[in-house]
Amino acid sequence: MDILAISDLTKTFGGLTAVENVSFRVQEGSISGLIGPNGAGKTTIFNLITGIYKVTRGEITFGGHSIHDLEPHAIANMGITRTFQNIRLFKRLSVYSNILTACHGNASYSVVDSVLKSRRFRTEEKRLREDAVSLMEILGLAEWQNHIAHSLPYGLQRRLEIARALAVKPKLLLLDEPAAGMNPDETQQLMHHICRIRDEFSCTVFVIEHRMDLIMGICENIVVLNFGKKLTEGPPEEIQSDPQVIEAYLGKEARISA
Amino acid sequence: MDWFYVKGILILSGINLMAVLGLSLLTGFTGLFSFGHAGFMAIGAYAAAFIGVNLGLPLIVSLLAGGLVAGIISLFIGRLTLKLKGDYFCIATLGFGEAIRLVLDNVQVFGGARGWPGIPIRIDLWNVVLINLAGIAFMISLVNSRHGRNMIAIREEELAAKTIGIDTFKYKMISLFTSAVYAGIAGGLVGYYTGFLQPKMFGMTKSTELTIIVIFGGIGSVSGSVLGALLLTALPELLRAFALWRLVAYGVAVIFIMISRPEGLMGGKEITFKGILRAIGFGHKHSKAREV
Repeated sequence: MDILAISDLTKTFGGLTAVENVSFRVQEGSISGLIGPNGAGKTTIFNLITGIYKVTRGEITFGGHSIHDLEPHAIANMGITRTFQNIRLFKRLSVYSNILTACHGNASYSVVDSVLKSRRFRTEEKRLREDAVSLMEILGLAEWQNHIAHSLPYGLQRRLEIARALAVKPKLLLLDEPAAGMNPDETQQLMHHICRIRDEFSCTVFVIEHRMDLIMGICENIVVLNFGKKLTEGPPEEIQSDPQVIEAYLGKEARISA
Repeated sequence: MDWFYVKGILILSGINLMAVLGLSLLTGFTGLFSFGHAGFMAIGAYAAAFIGVNLGLPLIVSLLAGGLVAGIISLFIGRLTLKLKGDYFCIATLGFGEAIRLVLDNVQVFGGARGWPGIPIRIDLWNVVLINLAGIAFMISLVNSRHGRNMIAIREEELAAKTIGIDTFKYKMISLFTSAVYAGIAGGLVGYYTGFLQPKMFGMTKSTELTIIVIFGGIGSVSGSVLGALLLTALPELLRAFALWRLVAYGVAVIFIMISRPEGLMGGKEITFKGILRAIGFGHKHSKAREV
């Protein structure tokens, strides 16, 4: 079953066409990749899916519902969340507060409840705190819980951003270059984390990445973009041997690994 | 110094504190700068006085009604301006504050620029203290709930807040509404304390003073706002010895403090009971002062 279907998606900024007639589908429960040279329109597609940019033409459906006219927060509440290429944490808050804030959707108490400290407030607030603690434990952030987000080492900041996204209980998680700036060891760890997240949180993962070891290692289906258009898509083996892709993007990489 | 004078300063601090608490939610916790909060004070002041004088309602009801009128007007303003980004919102509030003052200058029902004398004096230190305690308790509960955390998320990183499902527009509206209600109540207190209202009392200077206090106390700290309001309301009185140069000395003092402590008095931290116990040597060593 497809969880996300993109059809004839076009986005123009003034006279510049950033994304042109792109169509593809993401299978539920899969780990899929989106690759392409710099400026191919990968992040633009993420911004379109999450509602940060408005779609010029075309359609995005998520679980059968059309979402391209919704506000970003409504899309997030339907179950799509993301991380950013340039990390966007709540910088001056602790690791714990970052995650706790993102858990908000799992409670429904009102402002009046919080002022009167009603039973509903107390039980729901307790549950939010438990949720946040268990997320920190799963992602190995527990020992860092009182650290301020921007003081964390880079790799942990990336991991915290993923943890914060998971707090929303997403059905579809979009990762924008999660391995940027990581060494091979950290990348290995990240690959392991991504697979675990897919299994344990039963969500679909859609990832943009330049690191071919990561993309080829974990993705089941890969969409290739070039100059805003879809070049091809398919499983890693096919993509690796596709002459079009090699020409556009993988050329050097393929020769090195051959 | 006789008690009457000290009491007067304390009441004025309390009135400022009420407005500052509200602005602290908007500026300190939600990250939206407003230079028109005196406008909401003015609306609250005239509405509370009008309702109290003409309908003969009790003090607390008049004050709440004044706050509510200010809050409702803030919703219209918010609807129009909260989609604007950062600095533009700030400029819109500046225009709003001045517009309210000029309208009141020209509406003769309330005495126009001459002012409105003869409002019954109903404020004493005890009721200002009670109202402020209620205001502080409400604010602390709010910022420590998921609603408060959502507002802080908007201040920290608005785009990320949206992608974790926070309706940023709605929370900005709640924040603006709440802060306008606080400002409105503070305005009501002014009228019932001085017995006289004049549009001039609610100009740019007042708005700026409120913002200065919030930043001085420390962005994102309720206890900082309390300390800031008490200190900065009393400071001009302590500086009376400088006579004509009083406000210059005030400015210099504020600049000096901001240079030596740019994060404000409290710097986003709060004074908590646990923190106080720890500071004087009791309590558990792991009970840290809460960081916002």
